[in-house]
Amino acid sequence: MSFLEVKNIDVFYDDVQVIFDLSLTVREGEVVSIIGGNGAGKSTLLRTLSGLMQAASGEILFEGRGIQAAPPEEIVERGIVHVPEGRRLFTLMTVRDNLEVGAYNRRAAPHLHRTLEEVYTLLPRLAERQAQIAMTLSGGEQQMVAIGRGLMAKPKLLLLDEPSLGLAPILIKSIFETVRKIADQGTTVLLVEQDVHHSLSLSDRGYVLEHGRIVMEGPAGELLADPHIKSAYLGI
Amino acid sequence: MIYMIEDTINGILMGSIYGLTALGLTIIFGVLKVINFAHGSLLMVGMYAAYWAVALTGLHPYLTLVLVVPVMFVFGYYLQDIVIQPIFRAEKNVREPITVIIVTTGVWYILDNLTLLVFGPHYRTIQVNPLRGRMLEIGGLMISVPKLWGFVSAMVAAAAVYVFLQRTRMGRAIRATSLDRDAASLMGINPYKVYNVAFGIGTATAGIAAVTLVPFYNVFPTVGVLFDIKGFIIVVLGGLGSIGGAILGGIIIGLIESVGPQFMTATWTEAIVYGLFLLVLFVKPAGLFGVKYDW
Ligand SMILES: Nc1ncnc2c1ncn2[C@@H]1O[C@H](COP(=O)(O)OP(=O)(O)O)[C@@H](O)[C@H]1O
Ligand SMILES: [Mg+2]
Repeated sequence: MSFLEVKNIDVFYDDVQVIFDLSLTVREGEVVSIIGGNGAGKSTLLRTLSGLMQAASGEILFEGRGIQAAPPEEIVERGIVHVPEGRRLFTLMTVRDNLEVGAYNRRAAPHLHRTLEEVYTLLPRLAERQAQIAMTLSGGEQQMVAIGRGLMAKPKLLLLDEPSLGLAPILIKSIFETVRKIADQGTTVLLVEQDVHHSLSLSDRGYVLEHGRIVMEGPAGELLADPHIKSAYLGI
Repeated sequence: MIYMIEDTINGILMGSIYGLTALGLTIIFGVLKVINFAHGSLLMVGMYAAYWAVALTGLHPYLTLVLVVPVMFVFGYYLQDIVIQPIFRAEKNVREPITVIIVTTGVWYILDNLTLLVFGPHYRTIQVNPLRGRMLEIGGLMISVPKLWGFVSAMVAAAAVYVFLQRTRMGRAIRATSLDRDAASLMGINPYKVYNVAFGIGTATAGIAAVTLVPFYNVFPTVGVLFDIKGFIIVVLGGLGSIGGAILGGIIIGLIESVGPQFMTATWTEAIVYGLFLLVLFVKPAGLFGVKYDW
């Protein structure tokens, strides 16, 4: 039994198909990257996994059970937590309130205070900023809140959509270090990125998504050394 | 001079009750992003509920709160759940679906006409009414006791809603949904359930307003319309979605209505109210106080 198993899904926006017959698996404890350029369908894939969108056909199994028809709140309760592209913080709420909302689901709610301490330990900056309104934080801090809010939901599988987007190089490094730490603490991570070098460097395996199809997959090290990836994504 | 002070005080008292009637409108708008055109009708339903509770039990009007508030909460909760929610689901990708506004207008017509059918067009006033015409005299100033109670109710209700939204798990979920529905979903919040709760709270506050009005106001099937129009003006003045703004906006309207006639005829005060409304819409659409959401 796989942890996450996506089987032959097709996804549409109205009548425009953006994901074609896509299959992938994630094993428990892995860090898996999905790389691909702008418009490849990465965010759509994550939105489908978290239930914001529904696949027109195919199956999504999590811990052996089909979730392709479940609403987002049920999927969160099962343990898949999606940190969306562009952070999507509750802008007019404080950092602390954002984090507490993260622990809304029934599985996470009883552990709120304990998880909050863990998140503050992992991201000490958030403890300093806890009373601040989320909107007034810097981009890097906002990304930290987005990740921290995701962790508050006690994910078994964390879906991260381009956490490095729009950040300065030094912050990108620290975001990826944080992702590594989260994985080391035992959370399975599915990471969507355009920053191919950083994301594959910390992943076990990777998939390459182009025009809504998986065109390549394999161990992260092999992908990093692949000539197609070197020329198309790493500019070497 | 003494009249001036009296009018000012009465304006503030009555205005806070107007604010209370608008409180639910602003809460529902803040979360669902649609104007609830049935709000005045919900107030009317609450007034009939309070009227009949007093008529049948002989209780002090304010004691009917223990009955009217939960009944109105449940009524609002299921009204949204059964009647309005399907429209939201059908228009999932629209942030502010206009069809929902049309449905609330339908609810307004149905409630008003159903009430007319069942209870007839008569004006009703409660008979058992320890508050009727009661006045408080403070240093020569005459202050209406039922309106003073209304003022206290408005302040307590607004503060209670505010604290609920700030401090409780459901309150935070409501605020989160109001700020970003999809992101709230991703946090495990069922937005449709939040809509039910918000609608229930909005309707319950209309119930509180109804109880405060019944001791000095006639009950009849279209009584809500009057408060509807004031309610819309108030929430625009105060800033759509703002709790403090609703109360302050109500007080402004109350003051114009009560102090205005000292200087001009009543029709002019109405013109001023509408003029202020249009001015705010044109010049400062976020409301006089500029805070769109204070929660
Ligand atoms: N809300 C939407 N409605 C219609 N088409 C969309 C929508 N969002 C994304 N798309 C289209 O779907 C495709 C995949 O987009 P997306 O999943 O956001 O790609 P990525 O995250 O890889 O950049 C793109 O062609 C994009 O234009
Ligand atoms: Mg994307």
